[in-house]
Amino acid sequence: MYPAVYATARTARMLQRAYKLRARLPLLLLPVWVASAVWSGSAQADAPTRELSIRGRGFSPAELNLPAGVQVQLLIHNEDDLPAEFESYDLSREVVVPAHGQVKVYLGPLDPGRYRFFNDFYPSAEGWVVVAAAGK
Amino acid sequence: MLGTAIVVFREIIEAALIIAIVLSASRGIAARGRWVASGIVLGLAGAGLVAAFAGVIDSAFSGNGQALLNASILLAAVGMLGWHNVWMSSHGRSLAAEVREVGEAVQSGRRPLTALMVITLVAVMREGSEVVLFLWAFATGGENAMSMLAGGLAGLVAGASVGALMYQGLLRIPLRHFFTVTGWLVLLIAAGLAAQAAGFLDQAGLLPALGNGLWDTSRVLDQGSLAGRMLHVLVGYTARPSGLQLLFYVSTLALILGLMQWADRRHRDGRPANP
Repeated sequence: MYPAVYATARTARMLQRAYKLRARLPLLLLPVWVASAVWSGSAQADAPTRELSIRGRGFSPAELNLPAGVQVQLLIHNEDDLPAEFESYDLSREVVVPAHGQVKVYLGPLDPGRYRFFNDFYPSAEGWVVVAAAGK
Repeated sequence: MLGTAIVVFREIIEAALIIAIVLSASRGIAARGRWVASGIVLGLAGAGLVAAFAGVIDSAFSGNGQALLNASILLAAVGMLGWHNVWMSSHGRSLAAEVREVGEAVQSGRRPLTALMVITLVAVMREGSEVVLFLWAFATGGENAMSMLAGGLAGLVAGASVGALMYQGLLRIPLRHFFTVTGWLVLLIAAGLAAQAAGFLDQAGLLPALGNGLWDTSRVLDQGSLAGRMLHVLVGYTARPSGLQLLFYVSTLALILGLMQWADRRHRDGRPANP
């Protein structure tokens, strides 16, 4: 019994303190929001998969067609003896792909449009993610 | 050689700018040079480790290892920058006074020196690991090693020079405004790094993007240009930010500013009313 009473008193004190902190409530709720977002985000493990290869420092295919409004899992294989870095300012993506290595990157859900990516270790090699309008 | 120099320069400049700002923001704090230097050394060691174990890191956490590692070290840096600023908001004024009276390196007490070291470590490790991977692979790949080395060195010197220029420029700010300016710079860097971390968390599929490309300013300022890259480090400039990045940016700004105000108020309450 005692521990329960003790716990209740402590909870009451915590609640009192929390009440004083109510002005900062939005900030305190941020971790909750992040946690729930993580939970819902991890539920998207069944995202469709697309593949991209790096060959001779360039990308193949150079134009990657992706569906609109869906999260996609992109597997990038590097077939070269040299490391590469898949980077995109348009997509805020940046990942080193070791020589003969493979990495996974989630993209989207994307709006229709063209998004440029490039090899940051060989910036002249570029490619595009092309998202067509839904229903086409 | 020029290609190598440019790639190395672009990576080094990001670390150099952060170190320049951290060094100026900690002006007057005793032994800061030693702590920042050890941050650089540890960062280089970390960069070597990350590069050597790139394959292992990639396959960790079901292929999300790299993104998660980046997100965590970026968020650690954000925490340290925030701590530095909160500390400065209660000690900055007396620090400025002491620097004015007796010159540099006078402050004692509980100082955010670990914070300085960790920030430097993170900056060097993140950019350094890419440089190491890049140079090492090309050197073993049979390219002309001497030309590679020369290019890498040229890039390193150029990047470090930009950092040194930034530092020298910052020191010219009058002391009355000095810590206010460096405080804002640190704050904006922290918010920008938080936004980068958001990108990595989304890249790993852990957090939803909350909208890709809220706006697109790549026509006004290309993020790949030198100015774009520098602003990316300094204020977190992103030409096509996602909703999640904006959320992280704004929350970090608000959180650190709030804590700074709280520390400042508490500091003033604890002192006699006369200034």
